[in-house]
Amino acid sequence: METNTEKQEYTITVYTENQVGLLNRIAIIFSRRKINIGSLNTSPSEIDGIHRFTIVVMESRDVVMKIVRQIEKQVEVLKAYFNTNDEIVWQELALYKVLSEEITEKVKVERLLREYGARAVAIRKDFIVFETTGHREETNKLMKALEPYGLVEFVRSARVAIIKESSGFHEKLKDFEKREPSEEVIENEYLGKREAVFTM
Amino acid sequence: MAIKKLTGAQAVLEACIAEGAETIFGYPGGAIMPIYDALYDYNDKLKHILVRHEQGGIHAGQGYARTSGKVGVVFATSGPGATNLVTGLADAMIDSTPLVCITGQVFAHLLGTDAFQETDIINITMPVTKWNYQVTDATEIPGILAKAFYLARSGRPGPVIIDITKNAQIQSFDYEGYTPCNHIRSYRPKPVIRKNFIDEAVALINNAKKPLVIFGQGVILGKAEKEFKKFIEKSGMPAAWTILGLSALATDHPQNVGMLGMHGNYGPNVLTNECDVLIAVGMRFDDRVTGRLDKYAKQAKVIHLDIDPSEIDKNVKAHVGVWGDCKETLPLLTLGIQEKDRSEWLKVFADYTQQEYDQCIKEELNPSTEEMTMGEVIRIVNETTKGNAVVVTDVGQHQMVACRYAKFNETRSNVTSGGLGTMGFALPAAIGAKFGALDRTVIAVIGDGGIQMTIQELGTIMQTGVDVKIMILNNQFLGMVRQWQQLFNDKRYSFVDIQSPDYVMVAKAYGIEGAKVEHRKDLVKAIETMLAHKGSYLLEVMVGKENNVFPMVPQGCSVSEIRLK
Repeated sequence: METNTEKQEYTITVYTENQVGLLNRIAIIFSRRKINIGSLNTSPSEIDGIHRFTIVVMESRDVVMKIVRQIEKQVEVLKAYFNTNDEIVWQELALYKVLSEEITEKVKVERLLREYGARAVAIRKDFIVFETTGHREETNKLMKALEPYGLVEFVRSARVAIIKESSGFHEKLKDFEKREPSEEVIENEYLGKREAVFTM
Repeated sequence: MAIKKLTGAQAVLEACIAEGAETIFGYPGGAIMPIYDALYDYNDKLKHILVRHEQGGIHAGQGYARTSGKVGVVFATSGPGATNLVTGLADAMIDSTPLVCITGQVFAHLLGTDAFQETDIINITMPVTKWNYQVTDATEIPGILAKAFYLARSGRPGPVIIDITKNAQIQSFDYEGYTPCNHIRSYRPKPVIRKNFIDEAVALINNAKKPLVIFGQGVILGKAEKEFKKFIEKSGMPAAWTILGLSALATDHPQNVGMLGMHGNYGPNVLTNECDVLIAVGMRFDDRVTGRLDKYAKQAKVIHLDIDPSEIDKNVKAHVGVWGDCKETLPLLTLGIQEKDRSEWLKVFADYTQQEYDQCIKEELNPSTEEMTMGEVIRIVNETTKGNAVVVTDVGQHQMVACRYAKFNETRSNVTSGGLGTMGFALPAAIGAKFGALDRTVIAVIGDGGIQMTIQELGTIMQTGVDVKIMILNNQFLGMVRQWQQLFNDKRYSFVDIQSPDYVMVAKAYGIEGAKVEHRKDLVKAIETMLAHKGSYLLEVMVGKENNVFPMVPQGCSVSEIRLK
């Protein structure tokens, strides 16, 4: 029971129709409950025309479960999943802008790149832009490393995540298009084993 | 069939006809003028009721939907017309009432320019609609309206708003006829029923010594009243209702043990915390029903039947969640459960009923004081109508009293604003309720606060000649708030002392007959006169100023801590 009320990072993956305003419908499910969205990404999915939202929140399992049910209730939402960090493979991308003068004088740029798995995506006379991808801690590390040398700009993207156990949405979508789809599509495939991964 | 040209506006009306929405409640305005212009030629096929305020229009739509079981249709213009719908949408959303609201919108090329009467109604109504959509091209209209009606009525019903820009209403297009919608790939109105959960529920019920069934509007929305009756009768279980479930089971059914919640009956509240299996059917464990959650039915195994999966485990954890339409799940349960004699368990309820009768009900229904009580008014209504009327209530003390004491033989007879608690609901809702059930007597029971919130709808009654009996129970206070101030704020009566106009004169000004009763000796006759009157009638009854509704579960208390005084 304790694990259900303890807050931890959850990644919510939502497959949706491509519909104006749906982002808002999903966002208000969080804001109504005063839950902060840690990161949010919308992108195409493995299927043409189906959108995929990736939303990260720091919440208890109980709360996340209720939110996911509310999300799935939205007419244009096909399916929503939620996963803990060990159930997904995820990446975030970060960009760092530093002044060329500063960085080339004081740091061995090659070493920086190698050590932090970074790439230089723009090299100009006045500034350089580095890029890394990885988990939060990894992208933070380079930020910390660059701070002493005058980090001019820093930005990190939302999380994108792949669910380890997922076999994709192609088969499910076919099922959704049927009038009499399988049970799995309609309801919680894990209803019988409550503590397993929840979907509806 | 030759393809004909229709305007978007005409296509909207064709959709209403095809969906059987013959009565529309609405109010015209600039951005919806093309639809109203088209309506001019549809007078023989569609009945449009001109209300006095868009809020009145949507509450009328709700009343219509609640008594008829059909989708209520409401028209309003852009801007203020649309924003005036918001309260009704929120009310319909929380009470699962099927509505399709059509709002006009400024020309598409003006969207986002702060044009005259432009409001972003799609975003404003997002949290209070099951679905909403803005149409900017007429060709979308048949498909979108089909979707709107389907979504409003299917699964767990709810309000839908379709915002149509003026250019789309005017635009002519090749109309290929209307095809109703019955499938949207991303939308599952009903979860599939799983046998293992039915079996688990059946086993729990069969092993139960003290099962208690609690039911809500799901039984009515699912049109499952018969299935529900069979279910409880087979196993002899007591059944208690939420105020939206009221009338799904006849009041005098021997297993009907009364009302749940804050002002519900003594037995079902106390025994919720003593039953061993709690079977919730089509209800959502509202906080006014459960009281303090951490002390709610902790001893019981909970079986929860609901069509909306997000309701299961939302407030009360279910040991068995039976997802599905109760019209389908109840017969499956009935099949498995054993016939049982539970008269001893029912006797426990009867004992509580007796205690409640002695300590509260008796005095409320047959008061020994000079002052009249709301309860005795409802008792006389019961005696006069024999429980066959539709009773529409507003919000507050009179609502609780009416729900507690009104007798019902038929389903869809109780119309009230439950979840949202919208004062001003009753008068317009009663108008709609009557249009939804033309052969029935409709009585609106309203307090002196609520009536003044939507009193302008007397104009709608005047103009349409609809027959609604309006009963104002006037205690010269905003009574429910006053009751709380008395009990919890040391009688600091802060702004609850509300004055009333002369209602009989107001009614008269609208051409509606009326009377005022100040003494008990005139009450029976007055109610009989009202009910016998052909056409609408307003009856104002002066009731005791400081009567309280009891029993009561004080906020923050457990249902078993219900107070009888």
